[in-house]
Amino acid sequence: MWQWFHKWGSAKWFYQASAAWSRVFGYFALLFLTLGLVWGFVFAPADYQMNHNYRIMYLHVPSAMLAQITYLLIAILGLVNLVWKIKITPILARAVLPFGASCVLLALLSGAFWGRPTWGTYWIWDARLTSTLFLFFLYMGLWACYSLLPASMGRNSAYKAAAIVAIVGSVNIPIIKFSVEWWNTLHQPASIRLTQRPAMPASMYLPLFASIIGFYCLMVYLMLKRARLLLLEDELHKAWVKEVEPKLVGGS
Amino acid sequence: MKKHRKQKLVVILMGFSFLAAAMTLAGFALKEQIDLFYSPSDIHNGLVQHDRSFRAGGLVKYGTVQRDPESLIVDFVLTDQAHDLKVSYQGILPDLFREGQGIVAMGELNSQGVFVASQVLAKHDEQYMPAEVKDALQRSGGYHQEDHPGSYQYYQAPEGSSYGR
Repeated sequence: MWQWFHKWGSAKWFYQASAAWSRVFGYFALLFLTLGLVWGFVFAPADYQMNHNYRIMYLHVPSAMLAQITYLLIAILGLVNLVWKIKITPILARAVLPFGASCVLLALLSGAFWGRPTWGTYWIWDARLTSTLFLFFLYMGLWACYSLLPASMGRNSAYKAAAIVAIVGSVNIPIIKFSVEWWNTLHQPASIRLTQRPAMPASMYLPLFASIIGFYCLMVYLMLKRARLLLLEDELHKAWVKEVEPKLVGGS
Repeated sequence: MKKHRKQKLVVILMGFSFLAAAMTLAGFALKEQIDLFYSPSDIHNGLVQHDRSFRAGGLVKYGTVQRDPESLIVDFVLTDQAHDLKVSYQGILPDLFREGQGIVAMGELNSQGVFVASQVLAKHDEQYMPAEVKDALQRSGGYHQEDHPGSYQYYQAPEGSSYGR
C-alpha cells in the first residue's frame, strides 16, 4: 500500500502511469456527465413549484460540491507537501486549481440564474452566498500564489507559501457547508445528505448523483492531464524527460 | 514518521486548530449580524431598532393574503407560529409567493407596527417533488399544503438559543 503510494511521488513514474489513468477518468467523466445532464435536463420530471427551472440544480449542486472538495484537496496536498515534501503534490494542487475556480464560478452563476425566478433576486448577501464568493476570491489568491510567486521567490518557497494560504483558507469550507444551519439564510439547507434520504424522489436524485460522479471524474481527469504538462514544464531538463519524451528535448 | 516531520505536522495542525477556534468564536459573536433576517418573535422581543430598515423572515400565514384589486398592494401576515407580523407590500411578488410559503422581506416598521416591505423574496425549501406526484397526491387527498410549509423549521429557534426566538 505504502509502496504504491510512494511510487506516485516519483516524477517519472507519475508521468507514465497518469497517462492511462487520466484517459480512464476522462471516459468515465464523459459517460456520467452525459448521462446525468441529459437525464436531468430532458427526462427527469418537472418540479411542482419551480417547473423546469429546478433543472439548474443538475449543474449547480455538483459544481458547488466540487468547488469545496477541490479546495480541500488543494489544502491537503499543501499539507502533504509541507510535511513530507512529495514533489508531485504542489503540481497536482496547481493542476486542479483552475477546475475548482471554474466550479465556484459556475455555482455562483447558475445559482444566480436559479435565484432570480425562484427567490426573486440574483444575489443576496446571506451567509451561504457570501462565503461561496469568498471561496472564489481564495481560489484567485491561490492561483496568483502558484503562478506569480515562483518567479520572485523560487519555486519551492512559492509552493510552500501557497500551501499555507490553502490550509488557512480551508477554514472557510465548514463555514460554507454549515452556513445554512448555523445562521438563517435565504439559501435552503442541503437536499441530499449522507445520513438521510434525499428530499426528492429517485427520478430526480439519480440523475443528480450521475452528474456528481461525472464532476468528480472530470476533476481527476483534468487534474492528471494538466499535472503532466506542469510536471514536464518544471522538470524539462531532468534526465527522465529526455528518456520518456525524447522529442520534447530534441536537439540538446 | 520521522521526528522533524512529526513536529512540522503538529505545528501546522495546532496553528490550524487555533485559527478554527478563532473563527468559531467570531461566528458566535457575529451571529446577529450574519443572520439574514429577524423572525416575528425577534421583532416582538424588541431585538430590532425601529428607525432603520431590516429583513423580516417567516411564513405567510394561511388566509391572510389580501390583494388590492386596483393596485399592486398586497397585505399579509408573517408568522413564526409564536408571533405574527403584519406586512404591507407594493410591487410584483415572486412566483413562489403564496400562503404557507417561507419568505424574506426587506423594509421597516411604521408607526402602527406594520412592516412596510420594499422587497419580498421567496425562500425555497430543500424539498423537490415531481408535479405528477403532487397531482396524484392531491387527487387521493394525501397532499396537504400545510405539510409543505416553505422552510419553516429553519428559522425556528435552535434549542438553547439565547436570542429568545
